[in-house]
Amino acid sequence: MTKKKDISTFITAYQKFGILVILIVEIIIFAILSDKFFATNNLMLVGRQISFFGMSAVGMTMVLLLGEIDISVGSILAFSGCLAVKLMEEGGINPFIACVIAVGISVLFGFLTGVFVTRFQIPSLIATLAMQQIIKGCTYLLTGGIPIRASSEGFKFFGQGFVFGVVPTPILFMIALFIIGFVVLHSTCFGRRIYAVGGNNEAARLSGIKTNKVRIIVFMISAATAGIAGIIMASRMGTGQPSVGTDFAMDVLTATVLGGVMLTGGKGKILNVFIGAIIIGILTNGLVLLDVLEYWQWIVKGFVFLFAVAMSNIELFFNKDK
Amino acid sequence: MANSIFLATKELTKIYDSITVLQGVSIDFYKGEVHALIGENGAGKSTLCKMLSGAISPASGQIVIEGQAYDGLNPEESKKLGVGMVYQEFNLVAELSVYENMFIGKELKKGAFLDKKEMIRRAKEVFENMGVELDVMKTISQLSVAYCQLVEIAKALLENSKLIIFDEPTAPLTNNEVDVLFEIIHRLKEQGIAIVYISHRMDEIFNICDKVTVLRDGQYITTQTIEETSREELIRLMIGRELSSEFPERVENIYKDDEIIMEVENLNTSKIHDISFQLKKGEILGLSGLVGSGRSEIVRAIFGADRIKSGDIKINGEKVTMKTPQDAIKKGVALLPEDRKREGLMLNQSIKLNMTITFIDKLAKGPFVNKKMEQDSVEKSVKLLSVKLASVENPISSLSGGNQQKVVLAKWISTGCDILFFDEPTRGIDVGAKKEIYDFLFRLKNEGKSIIIISSEMPEILGLCDRILVMYEGKMMGELDAKEATQEKILTLASGITE
Repeated sequence: MTKKKDISTFITAYQKFGILVILIVEIIIFAILSDKFFATNNLMLVGRQISFFGMSAVGMTMVLLLGEIDISVGSILAFSGCLAVKLMEEGGINPFIACVIAVGISVLFGFLTGVFVTRFQIPSLIATLAMQQIIKGCTYLLTGGIPIRASSEGFKFFGQGFVFGVVPTPILFMIALFIIGFVVLHSTCFGRRIYAVGGNNEAARLSGIKTNKVRIIVFMISAATAGIAGIIMASRMGTGQPSVGTDFAMDVLTATVLGGVMLTGGKGKILNVFIGAIIIGILTNGLVLLDVLEYWQWIVKGFVFLFAVAMSNIELFFNKDK
Repeated sequence: MANSIFLATKELTKIYDSITVLQGVSIDFYKGEVHALIGENGAGKSTLCKMLSGAISPASGQIVIEGQAYDGLNPEESKKLGVGMVYQEFNLVAELSVYENMFIGKELKKGAFLDKKEMIRRAKEVFENMGVELDVMKTISQLSVAYCQLVEIAKALLENSKLIIFDEPTAPLTNNEVDVLFEIIHRLKEQGIAIVYISHRMDEIFNICDKVTVLRDGQYITTQTIEETSREELIRLMIGRELSSEFPERVENIYKDDEIIMEVENLNTSKIHDISFQLKKGEILGLSGLVGSGRSEIVRAIFGADRIKSGDIKINGEKVTMKTPQDAIKKGVALLPEDRKREGLMLNQSIKLNMTITFIDKLAKGPFVNKKMEQDSVEKSVKLLSVKLASVENPISSLSGGNQQKVVLAKWISTGCDILFFDEPTRGIDVGAKKEIYDFLFRLKNEGKSIIIISSEMPEILGLCDRILVMYEGKMMGELDAKEATQEKILTLASGITE
């Protein structure tokens, strides 16, 4: 009896403070192991790194809340950055308009995914796996596999600039997206519908919710946030780089699931996803600072992802024999 | 041959969540005898059969098989001891062949490889004994429902079953197929196999069974030979109980002008046929019939949850098309579904969300939810239905069944609908909450709402409704006025007997 009680107290405590504790422990470990960790330059680097997959994690949170998954975000990231740069460099289009077009086409990809998932009943894992390949093909057709250099100074500001002299612009973009995500999920009818569909699709349908429409829109949002992240990353690097984004989906997913969003849908808070994103950013940075071979980094991250998923299901695991 | 007991149950009892679903049931099943088990929904037939097949274990009592007593069986033991079961829903793998399905989990091997020849030979042998011609190499997906059932029977025979339980075997069959099945049952009987036959169809019971046992509310009522009983007597025995005070006393319709709110004409779906009826203002209309008779399918079709093949629906004299639930909601129709957990609630979501999701756009300014309006609406509903809760932010799974049902009620009442369908509104709810829901239904009625109620509890139907429509196998058997309706009359119609 007492053992069961101990476990349930632990679960509640983990769900409330678990990721904060992980974050703090992580910071302490890297601070001790590397004296470069707290350097201003490094913190800014980490901040920028976090911001890219942080932005996409906002869309991913909504996707996972529906009980779906989107692994095409990495391809969209690369596509959107390359398209924006190509349009402004070779098409001579105003950088701002080029970015809008790039995000617009990303959203179109999200719409297609949504249609495959709802109309043709393809599991989202499979649909986005296919879309990932399709979009990657589009990116390479567009660029011929060669990075495109961006010359517009205005465009570079998105990724390289500072606001108030200290805050890198990508961080600001990420924070803005998180705020929008928070408002959508907590204060709009659409947010309520996401939780309802993720909680019980059939009950939501019988309550008069257009469940397919909700799904399609959420895949469009996920594509939009990945597309925005792609543009800002291209701006940061000063090039449209077709080969970016190979591990991107993994980082985004890990951040989201670490934030307690369940893969089965219906449950999760976006603020915790923010912390989850910071944890992954610091982990990546810390491993680099400690000079850990990249191959080892992959292995570590794979296990971190498994850990995150296991912990998000922890209740089910212990309540199984009830 | 037909005079020794194969299996006997001794005082079998089962309790779920402190509710006794089976109480001290003792029945003897003889070799070479077809023994019918009858009773209303929830009488305990399936609980008893699940114990015999080892799916659940009894709280107390014993199962005696050929003189050997067991306190409970697991599925493997049950099979080994010769108990076979033909379920309503088949456990067959669609893309495997007939013989492969028969040998699933007990494949014959020759060294490391499957001994296909032997398996095919043995499978053929079983079908020959049944007197059925069937190519055992065919895959299940090529077979009709009737043949799938035969494969299930063959599976049971292959396991050397000495007692086979048939759970509503004729439900999916056509008349000719039923004849074939009965022939096979006769053959099995001659081979000394004991048969337990569950069915709601009186004709069949009198056609094929030797004995019949009646269960009611989890209790053993009686066992009679088929010669000494009659349909009327069996129906009387199945009902048996007195109308108790836990059920409501009917309230007259105060809207005397018979204003017709909804009219359904020749409604057809894949499960219901040519359904026509009218629903009046301030009326509670009951839909009665056995489980699977098409009761739920009628309201689901009208609500846009299931696809309609043909037929017209008129609301306030105007023809309407409701293809999806949101169309129906716009027309002022609401449905409280049968399965609260699967279709009614988002269990892991908050009480608040569950209460407001049907009309959240009315609590919003543009896309944004007005939190004050939302809170007010929730508080109003909680008060109106006296829902007992700690906080509306808690997940709805924290509430009792009765309070969960009140939340489902609340989300529909708040939409301001005029036509409400209640599918088993009091299932799994304690007596106190039941009473509150009855009172609330009468209140809605007096406010001039039109209500359709589906319930398996006959006293509930009799106590609530102004008129009762009785269904049998997707067809409407008749209409009874509340004043003339009795349990006997309803059950007679629900068993497909037309006088």
